[in-house]
Parts: sequence; C-alpha cells; structure tokens
Amino acid sequence: MIGMDDLYRELILEHYRHPRRRGWLDHPDVSAEEHNPLCGDRVRIDLRIENGIITDARFDGRGCAISQASASMLTDEIVGMPVEQAKQFSKDQLLALIGIPLNHNPVRIKCALLPLKTLKVGLYGVGHVPDEDEM
Amino acid sequence: MTANVSMTLFDIVALRREFPILNQSVNGNVLAFLDSAASSQKPRRVIDCLEDYYRRYNANVHRGIYRLSEEATFAFERARGKVARFINARSQREVVFVRNTTEAINLVARSWGDANLREGDRILLSIMEHHSNLVPWQMLAQRTGAKLEFLPIDGEGRLALDNLDAQLEGVRLVAITQQSNVLGTINPVAEIAQRAHAVGALVLVDGAQSVPHMPVDVQALDIDFLAFSGHKMCGPTGIGVLWGRRTILEQMPPFLGGGSMIKVVGLHESTYADIPARFEAGTPAIAEAIALGEAIDFLQEIGMDQIYAHERELLGYALERLTEVEGLRVYGPRTTDMRGGAVSFTLDGVHPHDVAAVLDGEGIAVRAGHHCAQPLHAYYDIPATTRASFYLYNILEEIDRLVVALRKARTLFG
Repeated sequence: MIGMDDLYRELILEHYRHPRRRGWLDHPDVSAEEHNPLCGDRVRIDLRIENGIITDARFDGRGCAISQASASMLTDEIVGMPVEQAKQFSKDQLLALIGIPLNHNPVRIKCALLPLKTLKVGLYGVGHVPDEDEM
Repeated sequence: MTANVSMTLFDIVALRREFPILNQSVNGNVLAFLDSAASSQKPRRVIDCLEDYYRRYNANVHRGIYRLSEEATFAFERARGKVARFINARSQREVVFVRNTTEAINLVARSWGDANLREGDRILLSIMEHHSNLVPWQMLAQRTGAKLEFLPIDGEGRLALDNLDAQLEGVRLVAITQQSNVLGTINPVAEIAQRAHAVGALVLVDGAQSVPHMPVDVQALDIDFLAFSGHKMCGPTGIGVLWGRRTILEQMPPFLGGGSMIKVVGLHESTYADIPARFEAGTPAIAEAIALGEAIDFLQEIGMDQIYAHERELLGYALERLTEVEGLRVYGPRTTDMRGGAVSFTLDGVHPHDVAAVLDGEGIAVRAGHHCAQPLHAYYDIPATTRASFYLYNILEEIDRLVVALRKARTLFG
C-alpha cells in the first residue's frame, strides 16, 4: 500500500510551498491552459522558444499540491530542452521526476499529469495532442 | 475534547455491526466512512436480499407463467408498494423504477418537457442544483427554446425567495433540490410548490439527498415529481425512483421504447402500456428493486425521524468542532436548523484533494472536488471543497478523528 508519506514526499511539499517559475511570460511563443474537470485543477504554461530550444518557461494555475508541484518541476526540467525532445517527454519520465509511484491512485496520477498535458497541448497545437495513455 | 457514543436514540453499536464494510481498517485505522452523500453503505440484509434473489428465484418479471417468474414478479411489485408507502404516494402506479435520480430527471425532461415546453417558456432552478438537476434542463432548453431561470442564495447558503413570485412569471416547471449535496441546506419545498402551483407551474423535487435522511411525504409537500436513488439510502446501485402525480404521468408519452412498455405492437405503430410500465422499457433491475424494498424496511424499522435526529446531533457536533480548526471555512448554514448532514469546507493553504488524501491516510473517507455542483463553486469562487457527510451509522468519535486529521493537514502543508 502506498501511504500518504510516499505521496507527499518532501520534494513535492517543497515545490508546492515554494514553486519555481510561477508566473506568465510577456508575449510567449507558446501558451496553453488545461483543466481537470473532475477536480477543477487548472494549469497554464507559457514558453519562450528560440531556434527550436525552450529557453524560458513559466506556469500558473491552481490546484492540489501534486498538480502544482508537478508543474513547478516540469517547467524547471524543460528549460534548455529542444522542442522535439520536450514533445517526447513521457508520463513515466514525469512521474519519475516528481517521485510518484506509477501504481498510485489513478485520480492522483491525473493531477500529476495535468501540467504535462498542458505542455503537449502547447507544443503540438490544438487537435494534435496525444492521449494520456500514449504520453 | 472527545465525544462518547451513547447519545443516540438507537443502539448505534449494534447498528454498525449490521454494516459488514464498516468492520475494516484503512491505512492502519478503523474505517471512518464520511461520504454517504455520494453513496451509502449497505446493511447485511440488503446484501443478502440480492443474493437470495439470484440463488433462489431469479427469473424475468411480468412474463413467465411459472413459479420462479411469479415469485420474482411478486417481489418486484411488492418493492414498488414499499416505495409508494415510504413516500406516501396515493398509488403504487405512481412509482416508476429507473436507474437513479439522474435518469428520473432526464425522463421528465424528455417526456414531459419535449411534449409541453415551447419557445419562451421558463424553467426555474436554483444555483445550488446538482448537475443532474441542471444539465437535463439545459438540453431541454436547447431543444425547445425554453429559458432557464435561477433562484439565488443568501449569505448563509439558503435560497433567497424574496423575488420568488416575480421569478415565477412565465414559469412552467420549477425543478429544485430538497437538500443541497454541498451546502446541506434543506429547502422549503412545500412553500415553493404552493407558490409555483398558484401560477400553474409544475414542481419537480430532486430528493437524492433528502429521501435517505428524513421523512418525505409527497402529498404533504404537494409536489408533482420526486426523483431519488436507491444507493444513497442503503440500497443497491442501478435502482432509483421517479414518483409522479398520476394525472400527469398518464398524460406523458413514453421515454424509451421497447419491451414491457407496450400494449399492442404492429409493424408500423404500437399502443403503449399504462403507467408505470409505459416508462419501464426492457428488463428492469429486478434484484436491485427488491433489495431497495429491503433497504426501505430497514430504514423504517429504525424510523426516519430517528435517523434525522441522529444525523442532526452529528451535524451540530461537527459544526461546533470544526470551528476549532484554524483556517477552516464551512459553506452553508451554520446551524442545524433546516440543514442536513453534508458539511463542505475549505482549509486555508491546503487544496481539498490534499485534505482528502491526508484524511485517507488516517482511514477517514471524505470527498473532494466540486461534487457535481460547478456553478455553486463558481458562485463562491472556489475550485473545490472537501465534504464530510453523515448517515445513520456514523458516530461522534469519527468527527473527533476528523478534527485531529484536519489539524494534521494544516501542519503538514502550513
């Protein structure tokens, strides 16, 4: 059984209390916002892209510790990353990054994945977004 | 401060033993189930009743000329009679078995609504409605051109009825919850019905949160439709009830077509059965209907007045103790007057999902989210709340544990 202490590891609590990269970019090259209709969580991600590389990223939104910490860690991770590599960034990579076990409660996994979905909506453009299962 | 459990009007310890699921631990603690507003637990006799049907007399109803089918039909129709007596219907023909509250409301919207509403007609709802008593009317409005109007709420989360008579102008139907699943507010349905009838409007009551928790008498309320679900009142999932005033049901066209709902079927047209069969196309949830009857027997043996009083005691204790938690805000009325046992709250600095996860770690089951009432949460400008809800098997000690765990959540995220 996965207990509460596994879910709320110090890393997640740290990013929740002190999020990195919270805010908006002026005239972002890419901006996307996604919602989780089940719980009302909301994440917006702004990106600056130069020569095919993500050179800056910001996130905003409201939601539980898992979704907001995930957004904080993900935006930190993708700065400096080529767009093509960010498009391939997988669900497993994200969960490993934030340290949530893959077999955790699927509802909470959805919270964790909301920022990744937002990122992909931004990078692929509307209508070309991979399903959650494919991420 | 710790409560004792001996306050109640029935033997709570014995009653809890009737619910096998309560006798388990979750994350090392005895399960405290505080999510009955979403779905209640089932007593052993309801579970046994389902099994008894499948083991002993499983057969389709209303058709077979053999003993098993006759027995199943008898039990199914006896359950209909139990439902009718439970809500004081004039006749058991007024009781239509459906899947749940949502289906009951959709039935009225599709059948009565499509046949009766025209462009410019109005439907009066409130902003505290569950999506099940909102979306079917939005869909009806889109089909017919009818308009939706909404009763507002006041600062305590009670319906503001000051302008009711003005808002009733041109209204053909008032569809309103008897008890909010978020705020716990109990609405003055009888008064609303009286004023609605004065302008010729019909009244549908969403009883999903009221019928399981208090005595509900459709004749005393003088309403036209009542919708409720079996699974929130100790019965199984997949069975619910639409009660309708006989003279209205008899004028309504069928909802779904198929077996059971017909009199004579030709290749090009058919004539339809009398009520309630007209609205029960296809093989119904037989075991579930019979088990709902068993659940009603169970509730009535305890007494709906006693259940209401027990929950009121839990509610009063919870409202008092939750004020001790720093940063906690309760939504809905702050007293037990005209208020049921669903308590939604926010905790400063902790998202409701995180609150629920911390409580789960202590073996306490609550719900977090918008509870299928997004417009109400938008009104309060909050994305979500955490909700603790009570039923006849809950005890004061569980509220003590809730308060301790909420303090723990504040510490963890503070």
